[in-house]
Amino acid sequence: MTVPQIIFLATAAVTLIAALMVVTVPRLVHAGLWLILALGGIAVLFILLENGFLAVVQVAIYIDAIAILIIIAVMLTRAVMSDTDPQINRMWLASALASLIIMAGLLVIVSQAPDASRGPLVDAEVGLDALGRALVDVDGFILPFEVASVLLVAALVGSIMVAMTPTRGD
Amino acid sequence: MPTSAISFDSRMSDPFTTIDQFIKGLLIGLGLDAAVTDIVLNIVGAVVLGSVVGAVAILLIWAERKLLARIQDRIGPNRVGPYGLLQTVADALKLITKEVLIPKGADRYVFIMAPMVVVAGVIGLWAVMPLAPGLIGSDINVGLLYIIAIGAIGTLGIIMAGLSSNNKYALLGAFRTVAQMLSYTVPLILALLIPVMLAGSMGMSTIVEAQGSVWFIFLAPLAALIFFISSMAEVGRAPFDLTEAESEIVAGYHIEYSGMAFGMFFVGEFIHAYTISALFTVIFLGGWQGPGVESFPLIGFFYFILKTSVMYFVVIWVRGTFPRIRIDQMNAFNWKFITPLALVVFMVTAILDKLVIEAGFNRTAVHLAANALIVLGTFFLLRAHAASLRRRLEVTDRPQVQQPEAASD
Amino acid sequence: MVPLSWYLTLAAALFAVGLFGVLARRNAIAILMGIELMLNAVNLNLLAFWRYLWSDNLTGVVFIIVVLAVAAAEVAVGLALIISIYRRRSTVVVEEIDLLRW
Repeated sequence: MTVPQIIFLATAAVTLIAALMVVTVPRLVHAGLWLILALGGIAVLFILLENGFLAVVQVAIYIDAIAILIIIAVMLTRAVMSDTDPQINRMWLASALASLIIMAGLLVIVSQAPDASRGPLVDAEVGLDALGRALVDVDGFILPFEVASVLLVAALVGSIMVAMTPTRGD
Repeated sequence: MPTSAISFDSRMSDPFTTIDQFIKGLLIGLGLDAAVTDIVLNIVGAVVLGSVVGAVAILLIWAERKLLARIQDRIGPNRVGPYGLLQTVADALKLITKEVLIPKGADRYVFIMAPMVVVAGVIGLWAVMPLAPGLIGSDINVGLLYIIAIGAIGTLGIIMAGLSSNNKYALLGAFRTVAQMLSYTVPLILALLIPVMLAGSMGMSTIVEAQGSVWFIFLAPLAALIFFISSMAEVGRAPFDLTEAESEIVAGYHIEYSGMAFGMFFVGEFIHAYTISALFTVIFLGGWQGPGVESFPLIGFFYFILKTSVMYFVVIWVRGTFPRIRIDQMNAFNWKFITPLALVVFMVTAILDKLVIEAGFNRTAVHLAANALIVLGTFFLLRAHAASLRRRLEVTDRPQVQQPEAASD
Repeated sequence: MVPLSWYLTLAAALFAVGLFGVLARRNAIAILMGIELMLNAVNLNLLAFWRYLWSDNLTGVVFIIVVLAVAAAEVAVGLALIISIYRRRSTVVVEEIDLLRW
């Protein structure tokens, strides 16, 4: 077993355990902290896949922004749902069954995946440069890039409108 | 250790590479294969770098207390050791021997982990800091992005401290900190994009090498100022220390911490301030660049330390002389002033740099002129705003006064 | 060398765990966390396929960037909705948010 394989297995185990804790622990604040661990594990896997840029972006967006926002939202809404209330609904057994069936189906498909080996990769700096150019290239991905930016602006305005304190007559 | 573009003419001029080669030879001589040797060397390097940064904090705390005392017309620590140099050591010993109390109802593991996360988030920043030519922990091509990503981990530690302490002041302080850090990240990133554009890379050593002729502070003085202000807010130093205001929320998120757990928050803040100075040095003051670096790379390290210490002095100076701002002023200053300014500077620099490179003008002169124009425009906008505010105040305060002439002065 | 199927297996497991969270949790914020896990599983799959099969093509990486932007937008709007519902109806339990059932 080589060093990358050991690192992969350790990271995968940590990520999976953290993900399981996210969906099962009763205290939601703890679930948020486990979520951060799971997202960090994904970032390590991105490094193993030799894309340092996306790993750092993963940390910057998911851990620094999304996870912290989620934890703040948990803290802001803690008053109504105390941690002793049941956190899992009545249908949890059916949910678990459905998840397992979907996982089994995915695994069947995965077993048919081609046994590929890694091809050569261009230098990271060159690859990042190419990615940056492709994002604003008319022949490249300028449409998804611009649509994503419009989406972000819409989300920004929309979330401010939704979360604003109702002033009067509401 | 990555090779740099500078050629080394003698072994003595670069002791770090020599030590690196020596340890590598020793380990391979012991029968380890090259891959394992690299891993071992990386771990050794990380441990040495982290310990040095931690040890520097002892000196920093002494310097800060001494300087603050001088600013406030006091003498400062002068009892333990020469010039009170050992005062911090004595304080650290006292903190280590004290018990770490965990309050009742606290979230035990999160409570203990919080100070570690804060300190780790700060020390992790030194992994991509170019200390001297060819001397950098890891020369990744997304260094600045890494700085932004890892720098915000400290926020996480502060949230953990606030929510696990089971104390309302801690929670309030944590909320204030998160609001401040999340909002000041926006101008910070916008200001950091400008040196990235000027250097054409996010790699830290590339940014330093691009400043061989002109430091970026002369190309982008406004960006440097915005970076300085917003990073002060990120650290939570005065005048942005409302996150731990003693008089309002009795020290904020670390109210329940005692002993060395508190000491780690304390040390983490000092190292963070020093790290910010080092970042400013690397990004805007040319890092290790200086006369004579080409022939003796070791001098670069002293240039780096010297510039960083000067920046740290400025940080202490600001702390000693500015009053604390209120939370509404903090938010208004960010969203209504510094973020729009950063956006304007960013767009102007982006357009100008493209045009300058194509037209072949003097880059420094054009950028300086553009920055001066933006400063003038900001100044006039602020004057107009202040005049309208004054007019409104006079109208509401004294309605009997006829037409106020605020615009004339 | 880590085989491609390991990554795909991990992503499938992660997706199933996230799906379980979405289906079984009562708290709306916990459901958002489950969705984040599912999105991350998708990202892992995309990057693994990019690295092993199409590393000369940037489509996979661009797709991940778009997914990241969508995730950020989704969390911002989702949390704003949850906070808004919490303010008006003082609940974050999805079973009690049933005004539109009829």
